[in-house]
Amino acid sequence: MTDQVVAGVPRRESSLLRTVRGLALIRESAVGMIGLSLVLFWVLVAIFAPLLAPFPPNQTGLPLSPPGAVGLEGNVYWLGTDQLGRDTLSRIIYGSRQVLLYAPLATLCAYLVGIPMGLAAGYRRGLTDDILSFISNVILSFPVLVLYIIIIATIGASGSNIVIAVTFASAPGIMRIVRGLVLDLRNREYVFAAETRGESPWRIMLVEILPNARGPLIVDACLRLGYVVITIGTLGFLGLGLPPPDPDWGGMVSELRSFAIINPLLAVFPCIAISSLVLGFNLLADGLREVSLRD
Amino acid sequence: MGSQDHSYDGPILECRDLCISYFTRAGEIPAVIDFNMTLNQGGSIGLVGESGCGKSTVAMAIMRYLGGNGAIVRGQVLYKGRDMASLSEEELRQLRGNEIAMVYQEPMAALNPSMTLGRQLMEVPLCHEKISEAEARKRAMQILADVNLPDPERVMAAYPHQISGGQQQRVVIAMALLSNPSLLLLDEPTTALDVTVEAGIIELIGQIAKKFSTSMVYISHNLGLILETCDRVNVMYSGVVVESGTVTEVFDQMRHPYTKGLFGCIPLPGADKSARPLVPIRGQLPLPHQRPPGCYFAPRCDFFKQGLCDLEDLHMTSVPNQPGHDVRCRRWQEIDWSTYKPVGVGVGEVQAGEVVLSLNKMKKYYEITDNSIAAMIRGKRVRYVKANESISLEARASETVAIVGESGCGKSTFAKVLMGLETATDGEVMFNGKDISQEQVQKRSADQVGSMQMIFQNPFDTLNPSHSVGSQLARVIRKFGVETDGDKIEQRVMELLDLVKLPRDFARRRPRQLSGGQKQRVGIARAFAGNPSTVVADEPVSALDVSVQAAVTGLLMDIQKTYRTTLIFISHDLSLVRYLADRVVVMYLGRIVEQGTTDEVFAPPYHPYTEALLSAVPIADTSVERTRIILEGNLPSVTNPPSGCVFNTRCQRKIGAICETEVPPIFEPSEGHRIACHLSREEMLAMKPVISLAATPESPAAE
Repeated sequence: MTDQVVAGVPRRESSLLRTVRGLALIRESAVGMIGLSLVLFWVLVAIFAPLLAPFPPNQTGLPLSPPGAVGLEGNVYWLGTDQLGRDTLSRIIYGSRQVLLYAPLATLCAYLVGIPMGLAAGYRRGLTDDILSFISNVILSFPVLVLYIIIIATIGASGSNIVIAVTFASAPGIMRIVRGLVLDLRNREYVFAAETRGESPWRIMLVEILPNARGPLIVDACLRLGYVVITIGTLGFLGLGLPPPDPDWGGMVSELRSFAIINPLLAVFPCIAISSLVLGFNLLADGLREVSLRD
Repeated sequence: MGSQDHSYDGPILECRDLCISYFTRAGEIPAVIDFNMTLNQGGSIGLVGESGCGKSTVAMAIMRYLGGNGAIVRGQVLYKGRDMASLSEEELRQLRGNEIAMVYQEPMAALNPSMTLGRQLMEVPLCHEKISEAEARKRAMQILADVNLPDPERVMAAYPHQISGGQQQRVVIAMALLSNPSLLLLDEPTTALDVTVEAGIIELIGQIAKKFSTSMVYISHNLGLILETCDRVNVMYSGVVVESGTVTEVFDQMRHPYTKGLFGCIPLPGADKSARPLVPIRGQLPLPHQRPPGCYFAPRCDFFKQGLCDLEDLHMTSVPNQPGHDVRCRRWQEIDWSTYKPVGVGVGEVQAGEVVLSLNKMKKYYEITDNSIAAMIRGKRVRYVKANESISLEARASETVAIVGESGCGKSTFAKVLMGLETATDGEVMFNGKDISQEQVQKRSADQVGSMQMIFQNPFDTLNPSHSVGSQLARVIRKFGVETDGDKIEQRVMELLDLVKLPRDFARRRPRQLSGGQKQRVGIARAFAGNPSTVVADEPVSALDVSVQAAVTGLLMDIQKTYRTTLIFISHDLSLVRYLADRVVVMYLGRIVEQGTTDEVFAPPYHPYTEALLSAVPIADTSVERTRIILEGNLPSVTNPPSGCVFNTRCQRKIGAICETEVPPIFEPSEGHRIACHLSREEMLAMKPVISLAATPESPAAE
């Protein structure tokens, strides 16, 4: 950092590049690095699932084998099998693809809805704020789980419907965060400067205000990704997740839970998968926050 | 009261070769280097310097309060002969607050908002001495009376937010004095306050020093305040003391080029602007990790000599015949100040052109809707805040009109109405022949918007940290339709950077890579991007360091002269206004109390408020004499302004009931010089100048 200032000639760099450079500071936080490795681990697992998984996810074999049992063709069921004889390890590996597709997608959609709402409420204030805040308060006053069940039961269980449900339930929370940030940022002099040259409100919100709110929003996005992973797990557990036979971590917990009498270990593995990914996102968020607070 | 150690008669505080560093991500940053200071019983030392010179760090080190990443790396702080580093945490706690007390810049941050002031005051003696509640209460009441707070009973029962900023600072000082400390550290105690309030606090600090014989360390960036409060001064620059001595020695016979430069940067309200021009110090403060070898001031110094000034091991040398006057400069004996004539900021005469902007009885009221049930029953739900009341003024081409007043006088509202962020409630605002009082900025044409632009106050806030300097300037150019072609826009950006004397590669920089002064220059470039005919500058230099202030002011004046721009200069700094304004408008509580040419306003007859404002400005010149007028009371609330003359509650020349009942008539001692006051013609003309030079008294008619 010091060298760059001394050198005096700054390189032209895009806003995106600078954000990435800022995010790279995560390496100074041990907690953040642990989080990042957990998340990266699952990302790599998802990408290389066909290479890593010993079985196809839906291939059946010996039902309810204990972890470490040897299959008919001499393959080892490292984490055991479920009631249909499908390999738990392979299903966890393939299941990570579903989670890592829908969780970021749902979070992104929630942000795409929540950010404009928050910008409008915080910047325009007055009636716009009253209406948007009222809507978000109504949504937030529902118990989240009930809300999910109502939505999914109404529109059916599928990947895209999970995205819709998560967007609907999370956008109000995002709106509140954005609104709070905007209320602070709108009083900056560069915003006044933009106003005095007659910029349109949406340009001010998107170009002048939003980029300066990115720090807290990135941290929040990481935390929220973790929550969405839990949500997808919960929906799967309740049978509202991805339709079978696709592997789904929450659904696996639910199925294997019934056989806890035979082998309680079986249901533990998908649980570990869910919590390690959630923990990864949370630690990453903690690390980012820690780095951003340091000077 | 027992806490003073009478057996000890050495210096209260001694700093010996103190070096303090902060440890950050970028490595060790030396904040204070080789700092020496001896404070005797009852003495007062001023630490003066620009931001980042390490003056607050010294205060923190004295309290041993450096935080997690700061440490004393060398040297000692001796309090009454005891090394502070040898004290245990428990002993330190006893010392802080009991023997050493500190007063900070922000009174509101120093007081607990959820406790009554009485409780907070009583805590001090209750915590440090074993005394009864009743005794503590008595002491608190006594000390409140000592700091000249009216009605201590009421203050005791109040919460911090219920009293004004000036009163809060008095309470903080009272709290510091409660345990009768031997040493009082004051860190910019008046910076957050208005000038007239500041004058009261400064007077109080002076009284305290006499009454309690407390030793004081007074930290400030304002040389004028140091002159009034201290007997010795240490001038600091980039972590080192460059000159130290008694106040008279340093102020009258300064030896270090930086001290000399600092004085050259300060406008003096008494002085004639052409006789004593502002001389900016070129360049900027070096960052702590970019200090040059040898003398840290070398790159900005006119007397720099290669092979001498850049040698390491630069120490303080004593000035002969002046014991205790030390200078950190290798060349001070060689410099002949009598032949040194630096180029000042030229504020020549300008020929004012046609009227560009004229306001006629402009009013701006804000509505406050009271939704309480009581208000609904009474049927008075809407109240008005009269932010601007009947503002009438004119501004001509290439003229500088200064709007002067303290916080809450309606300056900012005035600017907002001009810029079209608010519409006027009544009256007209004629700009280039069109009434724009009802036109919001979105309804104005690009041309109209571009020809009236604004320069903002806070350099750290004026540029968007997310965009490069060049792209922010380019946006303005495109928006105002000055240029549309990409290459031409880039060309124009470069021209603008040249205009504000910044290197062209700054276009690619981010605001955070720029210093405060540089950001403010970009702010000026942005305002001039659309070739404006009028520029509203809202305290454009008040947040900058003095040495940079002069340069930015000079630049602004140069550009204004070149383009014959009308400049509306909003400021609370009368000294600066004296230098650059052609006409001055003094506002109080949303009303204009006086307006006229600069010479007229700065010479008698004055409006009583102008008189008080002028007398409150601290002046860093030992040869200037001024009448002291301390305004009583607080600024009234704008929601409920006093009847009659709005200034009647604080006026030092109030003549009677007429001030409270009737709106004052306009007295016009000369064409265009208007004073809204009830004083008779004779009383007006009998007024004496507030500021005069001791040697040659200024003639009353400053023509």
